Amino acid sequence: MKHLIDIQNLSVEEIEDLINVANDIIANPEKYSEACRGKKLATLFFEPSTRTRLSFEAAMYELGGNVLGFSEAQSSSASKGESVADTAKVVSCYADIIAMRHPKEGAPLVASLNSDVPVINAGDGGHFHPTQTLADLLTIQREKGGFENLTVGFCGDLKFGRTVHSLISALARYKGLKVILISPEELKLPSYVKSEVLKPAGIEYVQTTSLEEYMPELDILYMTRVQRERFFNEEDYLRLKDSYILTPEKLKTAKPELSIMHPLPRVNEISVEIDKDPRACYFKQVLNGKYIRMALILKLLREAGRI
Amino acid sequence: MNIDSIKNGIVIDHIPAGRGMKLYELLGLAKLDCPVAIIKNANSSAMGRKDIIKIDADIAVDLDIIGYVAPNVTINIIRDGKLVEKKSIELPKILKNVIKCKNPRCITSTEQELEHVFRLENAEERIYRCAYCDTKASADSD
Repeated sequence: MKHLIDIQNLSVEEIEDLINVANDIIANPEKYSEACRGKKLATLFFEPSTRTRLSFEAAMYELGGNVLGFSEAQSSSASKGESVADTAKVVSCYADIIAMRHPKEGAPLVASLNSDVPVINAGDGGHFHPTQTLADLLTIQREKGGFENLTVGFCGDLKFGRTVHSLISALARYKGLKVILISPEELKLPSYVKSEVLKPAGIEYVQTTSLEEYMPELDILYMTRVQRERFFNEEDYLRLKDSYILTPEKLKTAKPELSIMHPLPRVNEISVEIDKDPRACYFKQVLNGKYIRMALILKLLREAGRI
Repeated sequence: MNIDSIKNGIVIDHIPAGRGMKLYELLGLAKLDCPVAIIKNANSSAMGRKDIIKIDADIAVDLDIIGYVAPNVTINIIRDGKLVEKKSIELPKILKNVIKCKNPRCITSTEQELEHVFRLENAEERIYRCAYCDTKASADSD
């Protein structure tokens, strides 16, 4: 059975198919409004993530399906000491598909090895978050028309930012990619992402601490939040959290067709004045996230023979 | 220095000097009640110095553990005092319950019943990664 734990579980062709289905859902929502009638999505959220959970739930409702689940570990059997494996076995008796968020890395993989229904990783600690990457890819495809010959700037926390690592490895499969890595020294992209993803794929990349210097080159600027929960040390978090803040002033030299993306939630790293700028795409990303999750639920349920 | 030759058993030869004890521990040889000899820093024309382990019993040893700790060793199987088989070992593709993941955020840190699984990512550099959280293991993890 097909699960989605890591974006690398999907081939380039499968991602293209998902994007095509998502675009068709956007164009013809009524065609899909009963596609999952009578089917249930279980959202097992062992740590709170309101936006991802709501996105999955909205996706399932828009496909005519139903949703059950929990939104924090305290309200699940995990608080009684149940293992992830047992939770997956039990829930797969009730639901047709599972979306799991867990603070421990690898928990959704454990669930998938013990589930009779498809499991989608809705984020496991600082590890993977493949549906965010799918949302990013759908946004790039809709804004840029494709993935080739793009110069993409990643700015902020490139060390702990799993969405960045995941998007880089997804984009590395396409021709003509140039990556600009903009971060403070302490939050640089881990060397393994460079040695295992960028270098083998022959991708041109630049590491810099200056956002302004490379702004005129960028087709996409992917901003990230410095996440408090990824730091063991509060002092480090406070020192680095305001490292890069995007303001209208900094955008002056940017291309008119730049796309500004952010996985959200933002704290203060994109000034609210930029929300009105037509180049701001981050709220479109949220909407695209729902559509690509609809496409993914459909694909996995079909492949499992459940619809 | 003389060590009696063995009748029926295994000689693990060409262990890089200094790794013999590590292998002894990971293979659980302390639990055996048959004679076991560890020879440290033996002269070797090919390696300069090497460690050797001799086990005087016909037991099954975990080849994955040996492959992980010392991938270029030779395993000599002895029957009736004669060498009957010589095996060379390759780096195992998958390691199960040989080493533990040290990432405190890994699911294996809280769920005790899970197998510790590592997959070989780069044979040349001997890089293994945890199958659950992708954390890199070093050759000296245990």
